[in-house]
Amino acid sequence: MGKTLAEKIISVSTKKDVYSGDVVLCDVDIVMAHDGTAPLAIEEMKKMGVDKVWDPNKVVLVIDHTSPSPSDRISNIHAMIRNFAKENNIPNLYDAGSGICHQLLIENHVIPFQIVIGGDSHTCTHGALCAFGTGMGSTDVAAIFAYGKTWLRVPETFKVEVAGPLQSYVYSKDIILQTTKEIGAAGATYKAIEFLGSTITNLNMDERFTLTNMAVEMGGKSGFIPVDNVTKKFLEGKGVRNIPEIKPDKDADYEREYLLEAEYIEPMVAVPPRVDNVKPVSEVEALELDQVFIGTCTNGRLSDLKTSAKILKKKKEKVKVRTIIGPASRNILIQAIQEGLIEVFLKYGAVIIPPGCGPCIGRHLGILGDGEVCLSTQNRNFKGRMGNPNAEIYLSSPATAVASAITGYITDPRSILE
Amino acid sequence: MKFKGKVWKFGNDVNTDEIISGKYKYDTLNINEIVKHTFEAIDPDFAEKVSKGDIIVAGGNFGCGSSREQAPLVIKQLGISTVIADFFARIFYRNAVNTGLPIIECPLSEKVDEGDILEVNFEEGSIKNLSKNESFEFRKLSMFMLDILEAGGLVNYLREKKGFPLK
Repeated sequence: MGKTLAEKIISVSTKKDVYSGDVVLCDVDIVMAHDGTAPLAIEEMKKMGVDKVWDPNKVVLVIDHTSPSPSDRISNIHAMIRNFAKENNIPNLYDAGSGICHQLLIENHVIPFQIVIGGDSHTCTHGALCAFGTGMGSTDVAAIFAYGKTWLRVPETFKVEVAGPLQSYVYSKDIILQTTKEIGAAGATYKAIEFLGSTITNLNMDERFTLTNMAVEMGGKSGFIPVDNVTKKFLEGKGVRNIPEIKPDKDADYEREYLLEAEYIEPMVAVPPRVDNVKPVSEVEALELDQVFIGTCTNGRLSDLKTSAKILKKKKEKVKVRTIIGPASRNILIQAIQEGLIEVFLKYGAVIIPPGCGPCIGRHLGILGDGEVCLSTQNRNFKGRMGNPNAEIYLSSPATAVASAITGYITDPRSILE
Repeated sequence: MKFKGKVWKFGNDVNTDEIISGKYKYDTLNINEIVKHTFEAIDPDFAEKVSKGDIIVAGGNFGCGSSREQAPLVIKQLGISTVIADFFARIFYRNAVNTGLPIIECPLSEKVDEGDILEVNFEEGSIKNLSKNESFEFRKLSMFMLDILEAGGLVNYLREKKGFPLK
């Protein structure tokens, strides 16, 4: 019987023929925890009666959610993570300013066929490299720290096929918002989602990670994209060679199938407080904004910064609302400096924050005031997400975000650029 | 495991930011310190109104959003005996079992009212609504999960077993 990408990857990892519904005990290749989930995991591992992690080389610790620390109490929690890394000889501790955990995993650790478990819900991002990435909580992470194993139920898969060319100023973020609208915030609960089709083949890796990153916003366990020449070139750039093409079997069994025609997708926004309350920008246009945020594990990559800077340069206008730019990693920030993007952002009035999660998680670097409205490139617009339940968060692509920063209200990028 | 308690109702898609806001969770590992903020965005007085043994009945996709384990931990710390939802978001489901918060998937959100008294029996997979004299059945948890819950969570379970017994 044919296999989906999830079934193939878990079969290779467990050296067994597995299909959806099977429950397997897996050896974990990479376990990641950050300053929001590592501290509890460290305590829980010790309570399990285990002093040392099973394999320090397979543990990745990242201080990205509240970094550099905004308070003395958080500094003490960061110190606990650093001490744990030291006690356990964990070489991969990424401290303040290194970047967002998922971007660091992509840049430095993840390769196809790995089982990647993160103490963060957006660990589903790594399926764009055909790794089985999924998020778990601190106790599951603690059990992996201790024993290197976790149990997984092999998920059923939804196939999302996207075909044809995208309109100009429409991006992968618009594709995933449209997908979320169709599947719903809970529609893919416990499922894997495969993104296939000619539109996906033509996306670069930055754009692909935006898609898989948001699988969890539909309840998904992981998002997957086949390994093709684009993926292989990306991996070769990191020194990873001899990776075969990886695609689902033609007779793989899908629980549901969706077909999106790319040419009909418009610039989209998710209207608060639901990720699946998605509308074309034209329906909410002219809504006044107080803040724009371009960054996060969804849309803080070099392509996103390039698109944003290009629009600012083309319009030659300063932003009318406070605009925060958060590069997803130090590498991305360095490249953005080398390519002159940061100068463009500063020249046109934006604020650059250190690589990390920034205001997306609502603890620092751009918390919203009562009644304020933010347009963000992040993945969640839940009530209170950016630190204030009395504020509203709209979600969009970087192009829509920067066009809106220039006008001061939600704006279809095509309306000011074409 | 058997529980009897009063029902608090919640809707669909209750997310982890609503259960416990991200702005509180980074500052401390002490659950007692943040428990007063449980469900603050939905009902600011919830933590004060709830009594030990009470039961939450919610719609679908309960616990969606982030992987924060503080979400089941604050609910458990408030003394909630069990959460019954039409279905749960996947990470919350694992986290609840792992932290020893008993959870049940059963579509009751349209069938019970706030304040009803329910009696839940995990071994039998049965729920009685004593206020309305109605009975419901739910699919029992796997033995593996029931064992973890009865141990009080994955930490105790792994400490007792010294590792994963699954092959």
